[in-house]
Amino acid sequence: MKSLEELKKLKETAGKEMELRDSNKRYRVLVGMGTCGIAAGARPVLNRLVEEAAKHDYPCVVSQTGCIGLCKYEPIVEVFDREGDKTTYVYVDAEKAAAIFDSHILHNKVAEEYTLDAEERKGK
Amino acid sequence: MERINVLICAGTGCSSSNSALIYDKFQEVLIKYGLQDEVKVVKTGCFGLCQKGPIVAVHPDGIYYSHVKVDDVETIVSEHLYKGRVVKSLELSDIDYKTQEKIVDIASSPFYAKQKRIALRNCGVINPENINEYIARDGYMALGMVLQSYTPLQVIETIEKSGLRGRGGGGFPTGRKWRFAAQEEADEKYVICNADEGDPGAFMDRSILEGDPHAVLEAMAIAAYAIGAHKGYIYIRAEYPIAVGRLRIAISQARELGLLGDNILGSGFNFDIEIRLGAGAFVCGEETALIASIEGKRGNPVPKPPFPAKSGVWGKPTIINNVETLANVAQIILNGDDWFASIGTEKSKGTKVFALGGKISNTGLVEIPMGTTLREVIYDIGGGCPNGKRFKAVQTGGPSGGCLTENDLDVPIDYDNLIERGSMMGSGGMIVLDEDNCMVDVARFYLEFIVDESCGKCTPCRVGTKRLLEMLTKICKGEGTMELLNEMEELCYHIKNNSLCGLGQSAANPVLSTLKNFREEYLAHIVDKKCPAHVCKSLLTYKIDPEKCRKCSLCARNCPVGAISGVAGQTVFSIDTEKCIKCGACFNNCRFDAISRV
Repeated sequence: MKSLEELKKLKETAGKEMELRDSNKRYRVLVGMGTCGIAAGARPVLNRLVEEAAKHDYPCVVSQTGCIGLCKYEPIVEVFDREGDKTTYVYVDAEKAAAIFDSHILHNKVAEEYTLDAEERKGK
Repeated sequence: MERINVLICAGTGCSSSNSALIYDKFQEVLIKYGLQDEVKVVKTGCFGLCQKGPIVAVHPDGIYYSHVKVDDVETIVSEHLYKGRVVKSLELSDIDYKTQEKIVDIASSPFYAKQKRIALRNCGVINPENINEYIARDGYMALGMVLQSYTPLQVIETIEKSGLRGRGGGGFPTGRKWRFAAQEEADEKYVICNADEGDPGAFMDRSILEGDPHAVLEAMAIAAYAIGAHKGYIYIRAEYPIAVGRLRIAISQARELGLLGDNILGSGFNFDIEIRLGAGAFVCGEETALIASIEGKRGNPVPKPPFPAKSGVWGKPTIINNVETLANVAQIILNGDDWFASIGTEKSKGTKVFALGGKISNTGLVEIPMGTTLREVIYDIGGGCPNGKRFKAVQTGGPSGGCLTENDLDVPIDYDNLIERGSMMGSGGMIVLDEDNCMVDVARFYLEFIVDESCGKCTPCRVGTKRLLEMLTKICKGEGTMELLNEMEELCYHIKNNSLCGLGQSAANPVLSTLKNFREEYLAHIVDKKCPAHVCKSLLTYKIDPEKCRKCSLCARNCPVGAISGVAGQTVFSIDTEKCIKCGACFNNCRFDAISRV
């Protein structure tokens, strides 16, 4: 390296690789990965969410969790904000996951149509 | 696509409990579960919780596992990494010593919450063998800033204003040291990093070099720019192989990126670093002896002045800074001198790393702001003495330091307070002693160390410490007299006042400080011929209480010298004190509390 600018550039690219180690983010996205979740197709959902997160420099933590207890609604994705408020998305697939990510994580807007509430209303 | 980072402590503590095998096992099991592309396993530096090692951290979940064994790896992978279920049985937890409640959120536990990590900021966070991870955490940014927009004098002023003082023992203001060397006219000057950490129980310098070697290299380059040097030495003992290995890797990576060598970052400034291995002699931590050793001579100290800032290695102006001191430098440049000066007490700024050891629940490495009380360090962070034993004293400052007692627990820790109380900061070893430690024996232990480590150049240290040890041994054996005690005290002052270097001048401190605080224990040994802590074997007798003895014969079966006689189930047992070697095997094995030590 021949200048401070080059060092700064390297810092930026190197920094992205370490973003994963920061667990203090605005949102925490959890994918239900119990047997029920995996059987219903949670793995592609998780993979898609991780890809999206990486593409946008990890604005959120993407993690997995066990069975949430609503097996019939799997794959389930839960989004927690810093205050601990939870939004539950159900019957998620890779496409819906990308839409949820775009709306909720990037634009702070709950993707209403995929939530548990919306699904329950539909049922009635 | 990566979604999980697994960080495994690869410091000396966790390495000695097989963290390298755990790393290999992770790689193997991840492939088995097809997770090798999703999970990155990283070797990192010390997390500080050595007592609970090996430590494995899983991010971004922020979950820490303790006491991990090779056999646990598959469980962690299959449960946590594959199914997302945290393995509760392995999760690191802490017990609040006040409420006895279990704390799982380790960041908010007293152990971490009371700490402030500046020198250790990257330890346990980055991979020390990857320069990019250091750079990602603002690494070499301070050097870049300094080279681009600071004059050497501005660097010195910043360090002076920050109030940074040497962390290796003496506490000399770092900025002033740099200024002295900068003022000297010479064709060449040198920067030395003193990594000859030798105090029994101190391991913070080793951990910094193992966990964040680039922080030290960057600071050395900044120091070199400030004083006008182009060459640096790291003097490190060969008995720190992991630290030496990581330093070698760090130096070659920094050279590759042009952060060491000629024309650093296009500024025209040249600086390079060489490692010099020491043979692990305590006296070589002393500046002049260290310089002699670097020059290839025998590591003997010489009288000061001239100070190294005037005439150091190869007779040229030299600054010598300790590892931990250097680890603060880049942060001071980046965050400003006011930031650093706002932490700590009036005359001691910033933080200090302490190595907690001895009779303490959380053995490990902690970094606290200056001015934290001993009570907070020993109880809140350290978790107090294990097994409900009573705290007796804490030894700080290594063999040159002294003991602090219960009365000193509420003293805010800084350079001046510790000296005022008869101890010193030293390099930061803190050895906690409880009611089972004999203070005379502790003094004797340190004296043994000093006798081994005295270089032999000056008589007061060479002969004086040897005689002092003999006197202490006599007292421990019950052969002490009051005259001997007086002579011993006199000899202490003689050694202190007449020795050539710091080693001899402080050699008597362990004796003087225990005499000051625990004179009654010395008197018990001399007058009553008793060791109150039941440590000194010559003053102990083991006895079996015939009332309590249940004739089980367990004591006799465990006695290695056949000193206990009796018939199982028929007669009570008794100890032949002539034959007894006072090993304590019977005492430790008796289930009915029938054996006593007096």
